Amino acid sequence: MTALPKLIFELSREGKIGCGLNEADVPAEAVIDASFRRTGISDFPEVSEVEIVRHYMALARLNYSVDAGFYPLGSCTMKYNPKINEKLAAADELQAHPYAPHDLVQGNLEIMARLEEWLVALTGLAGFTLTPAAGAHGEFTGMLIIRKYLQEKGDARKVVLIPDSAHGTNPASAHFAGYEIREIPSNAQGIIGIEELRAHLKPDVAALMMTNPNTLGIFESNISAIAEALHANGSLLYMDGANLNALLGIVRPGDLGVDVMHINLHKTFATPHGGGGPGSGPVGVAAHLLPFLPVPRIKKSKDRYEVVYDDPCSIGRVKNFYGQFLVMVRALAYLLALGRENVRRVAEDAVLNANYLRKRLEGSLDLPYPASSLHEVVFSDKDLPVKTLDIAKRLLDYGIHPFTIYFPLIVHGAMMIEPTETESKETLDEFVSVMGTILREARENPELLRQAPVQTPVRRLDETLAARKPVLKWSRGESI
Amino acid sequence: MRYLPLTDRERKEMKTTIGISDIKELFNCIPSGKCYPSLAEIPSELSEPELIAAFKEMGRKNSFSDHLSFMGAGAYAHFIPEVVSYLSAKGEFLTPYTPYQPEVSQGSLQAIFEYQTMMTMLTGLDVANASLYDGATATAEAVLLAVRKSGRRRVLLAANLHPEYAAVVHAYVQNLPIELHTVAVNEKDGRVDEHDLRAKLDGSTAAFVFQSPNFLGVVEDSRAIAAAAHAREAFAVQVVCEAMSLAYLVPAADCGVDLVVGEAQSFGLPLAFGGPYLGFMTAREEFLRQMPGRLVGQTLDLEGKRGYVLTLSTREQHIKREKATSNICSNEAWCAMRAGMYLAAMGKTGLANAARTCHFNAVYFAAAAAALKQIQVVYPKNFYNEVLIEVKKGSAADFHASLKKKGVLAGVPVSWFDPKQKNRLLLAFSEVHDRKAIDRLLGAMGERS
Repeated sequence: MTALPKLIFELSREGKIGCGLNEADVPAEAVIDASFRRTGISDFPEVSEVEIVRHYMALARLNYSVDAGFYPLGSCTMKYNPKINEKLAAADELQAHPYAPHDLVQGNLEIMARLEEWLVALTGLAGFTLTPAAGAHGEFTGMLIIRKYLQEKGDARKVVLIPDSAHGTNPASAHFAGYEIREIPSNAQGIIGIEELRAHLKPDVAALMMTNPNTLGIFESNISAIAEALHANGSLLYMDGANLNALLGIVRPGDLGVDVMHINLHKTFATPHGGGGPGSGPVGVAAHLLPFLPVPRIKKSKDRYEVVYDDPCSIGRVKNFYGQFLVMVRALAYLLALGRENVRRVAEDAVLNANYLRKRLEGSLDLPYPASSLHEVVFSDKDLPVKTLDIAKRLLDYGIHPFTIYFPLIVHGAMMIEPTETESKETLDEFVSVMGTILREARENPELLRQAPVQTPVRRLDETLAARKPVLKWSRGESI
Repeated sequence: MRYLPLTDRERKEMKTTIGISDIKELFNCIPSGKCYPSLAEIPSELSEPELIAAFKEMGRKNSFSDHLSFMGAGAYAHFIPEVVSYLSAKGEFLTPYTPYQPEVSQGSLQAIFEYQTMMTMLTGLDVANASLYDGATATAEAVLLAVRKSGRRRVLLAANLHPEYAAVVHAYVQNLPIELHTVAVNEKDGRVDEHDLRAKLDGSTAAFVFQSPNFLGVVEDSRAIAAAAHAREAFAVQVVCEAMSLAYLVPAADCGVDLVVGEAQSFGLPLAFGGPYLGFMTAREEFLRQMPGRLVGQTLDLEGKRGYVLTLSTREQHIKREKATSNICSNEAWCAMRAGMYLAAMGKTGLANAARTCHFNAVYFAAAAAALKQIQVVYPKNFYNEVLIEVKKGSAADFHASLKKKGVLAGVPVSWFDPKQKNRLLLAFSEVHDRKAIDRLLGAMGERS
């Protein structure tokens, strides 16, 4: 087991320098009173360049990543992140100042406009805003659009319906947009039944937020009827596009009656997750909602791209500047590489891989919702001698990142497995074999799993201690 | 296709295992009439060389880099040591998910813990979160936090807050029972009008949100502002767009400020046409359990070894759903980690050097600009690295355009944000400039156009 690296502050020695800046070549004159200037930054690191490199390389070795191996984290679409996209996004010629005059950044505006065209083509929606910074930010933006649209019609309404299988961001986003949440139970098939919907569809309902395929990996097959019922009630259909990977080139949400949806560029379009961001959450809308999109909007007039900063009906601005531009660059690069020949194959292989894993594992794990799976499959811990957590931790010992655990909440001890299309059959077979070994260990020696992991740089960490006595920064002379 | 490893033979074997003969059977759950739309309007696939060429061609349509730039106003050009780009690009940092499995995520977690620590050292406050989307959304989250914490619904925003930040705050709260009011600027010194502030602070005010250095470039008197806010038991919330100023100015906590939020793009993130950037939030301890966003905390493993985990997650949406302190999930974790790398590489002396060079360059410009008859420096004192100038003849936009023809981007015309402000330009200076560059700017400004 490797020794854990010290903190950068513990490496610090007075007088060490890690960068090679020159001093100012203008006079050292200040126009701010000394009482406004600081004298120094106590305890700030003083480390040489080589020590910085070794420090972070040591940290890098402690991380698991998609580049390292299989990462079947359900709902997160941990597909391979193409390396060329990193190089393209780092190109000097794209690193403009966000307020650079538009005639000097036509290339950047074209990148955004072309990405929007792609998203429109893949979803069948009328237009997209690219400014939201992440999926939840897109949800919030979508809810603001719905609210503004209904307000303009003179009927703001106050409730958003959300199924019990939804990701926690859905109710949180709707709440911050000023809505009350009404939860709808999933039916026995794990989807929203038209009867359950009707029972909740009162005149005060602004919208339904539906994840499709849902968090069980099941397609909401009533979607067209649900859209019809909502529209007849004057309500809108919001689709959480977190799981769009299953549908690329297969079906367009706009053709199913979806009014608003967000997309996660960092899931479906192969941009790296970065250990928790940056993401990007473009929001697409049907034609009647176009005027409500946030600013800025990129518009093409003749052969030039222009930027529109105010739109009378717009919900306003949800983020500084244009959004996560370099994430958009990577997403466009990914789509251009795929082309029409491969976008559909992405969904087909993702669904094929998930169904292959389902078939190989369903004899040994309980499958609470047997409806057909798309991009992911969710098993429960029923009849297992150990907890889901123990299986997840034991996977770490075999060098595999666990699946998503304990979500969705409607499955007991959920194990949510999403292989994505970028995994080979060998990898899937290896995973099945490791799962077989772990399940055997669970029966023969459950204590082994409860103690897992033992091969990782640290063992199970005391999360209760972390929350009870929060230590959120290093302080000189204090140790835990 | 190079990103898809399955072979046709394997696909066939897998279909046999599943018990289907055609892949389309897996999509039988989807209404059939809507399936398999035409993809004819989508372009054809590109090989890797073709992809590179396609982006080169789009890149060639950008011509900003032929210009000497003094643009700032929320996004700043700073020198980035190569180790920062080299290390942050490692797949081990770039390609993990949120560290839900801390046993195999200690690298990201420790790096973020170090980042949190450095942000508290810079602001002097007790706690820093692991990131928010950007400066503008961090400001909106600070407004929500102040309202939540105080139980009051009235929030004052300084008129010299970045206009896009103010716009984002307005968009965020548009459907919530929160009242926003604007506190005027004292035109004489470019600072918040303290009379107006005291008049507008009342017993229902949750917070006063001010930017320092503000959108006119001027460093506010945070001590006086915090004192005025505290007199009515309101929080003083400072917004910082230029994080480099944190290394030059007195720590906000020493001035009595309760929350400092803003944009930390200056810490090692390229201009990137506006994103991804790094929203930060630092606060006094009492805000901790109401804060939005992720927090990394130290703890021990089974064997008593020091380690790090995401903590206090009962604030968050995946546990609390609509009762969470924020809807944020994915954030800017990699940017925060990279900022930590930048701060470590710059170190105590390098950061102080860069921070004072920014100021000295701005002072050099302002002093020399006083001799030019075409322009006037509006606030010759108390700026940090941004200088507001007034064009004496014609509009600032025209003046800006004429300098652009000479290859100089002379800051940002304020009229782009406020059409009433026709003759003002905000220019930013940093350590990427030297005397020669500033002299070129001055020369271009002084020429007859």
